[in-house]
Amino acid sequence: MATVPLELVAPERLLFSGDVASVILPSVAGEMQVMPGHAPVIAVLEPGIITIDSGAGSSQRLFVRGGLAEIRPDNISILADYAVPVAELSPEVLDVEITSVETLVASATSDAGRMAASTRLMRLTELRMQVLR
Amino acid sequence: MPSLKDLRNRIASVKATQKITKAMQMVAAAKLRRAQMAAEAARPYGQRMSHVLANLANAMPSREGAPRLLVGTGLAETHLLIVCTGERGLCGAFNSAIVRLARERANALIAEGKRVKFFCVGKKGYDQLRRNFAKDIIELIELRSVRVLGFEHAEDIAQKIIGLFHEGKFDVATLFYSRFRSVIAQVPTAQQIIPANVEAADDGEVAGLVYDYEPDEEEILNTLLPRNLAVQIFGALLENNASFYGAQMSAMDNATRNAGEMIKKQTQLYNRSRQAMITKELIEIISGAEAV
Repeated sequence: MATVPLELVAPERLLFSGDVASVILPSVAGEMQVMPGHAPVIAVLEPGIITIDSGAGSSQRLFVRGGLAEIRPDNISILADYAVPVAELSPEVLDVEITSVETLVASATSDAGRMAASTRLMRLTELRMQVLR
Repeated sequence: MPSLKDLRNRIASVKATQKITKAMQMVAAAKLRRAQMAAEAARPYGQRMSHVLANLANAMPSREGAPRLLVGTGLAETHLLIVCTGERGLCGAFNSAIVRLARERANALIAEGKRVKFFCVGKKGYDQLRRNFAKDIIELIELRSVRVLGFEHAEDIAQKIIGLFHEGKFDVATLFYSRFRSVIAQVPTAQQIIPANVEAADDGEVAGLVYDYEPDEEEILNTLLPRNLAVQIFGALLENNASFYGAQMSAMDNATRNAGEMIKKQTQLYNRSRQAMITKELIEIISGAEAV
């Protein structure tokens, strides 16, 4: 199976480095799955779950607050603003995120800004439901 | 000639000081290890970030519509010097070395007829700069109460700086901090952060790729540039922190060694004068006995 090296870094530390078969990213334009040999893209990420599939049936899920992905045919690097493995994700962490986005919605000055913030809020609330389950 | 009691007291006090410096050295060593690890862990993110930024900046069709954080205001009249120092002393020349570099730069700029403003992170730098540039210091941020440096601290600072930039308070910002090379070598460094110092496209292979952008370049740049600033400040703070403990450790090591030497000398002096006194008393007794 074809693999591609992936690096997931947060400001504080390197979270993941290794070869993967595919990765699913929460980009601003919707979820996108990236396989080896993908066309070069630089994408901004939304809060959501990154699913790293390292082939061989094992996958790893991490929550990111947002960030940036640089995708090249032979290399993927993800710069996350903040990331934790889903296993360590607690409703409290998400609550903090939700409150911060709620203030963003309230303080948005333009319609476009409010729209973007409310979509983000929706995603987060959905995510919280999933985690609680 | 000090009395025996004086000497004993002196030795005891030096010993007490030595104990303190020894303890401080060990604490610094433990903290250094952690600070060094944090600084090293933060490096990949910074490298990737400047890499992506370089790609984006080179992809920008013209410098006309580019964000001002990237290209600057087109002027270089007012300079903001962001001076990151430690919060505490007892670390050798660590703080002074950074401040000296900043002060030299400031004097050079003033000689060229530019205006200079200071943004201090860390109390020690503020204390030293206040003597010459009291009215040019526009902000002081203390991180004294901070136990573990987090990215959010850097973000706060970055936000303040960007705010000042958009208000037109300065044209060029330079960051002063100490780069951690090793425990005994910390290098005071100046790094320009606004306008962003973008490395030229490094290898031909990267420059040849045409990226798709999601959303468009401009929007990405607009979110990325403030972030990049925060990342650079974060990196500087971590390097600074590691350097601080490195400097403190070697300073305290020196102090401990000096104290040891002093104890040795004083003990020698003490023993010698004790012996001299005994000899003197003996001579007195013997000459007294002979006189009888």
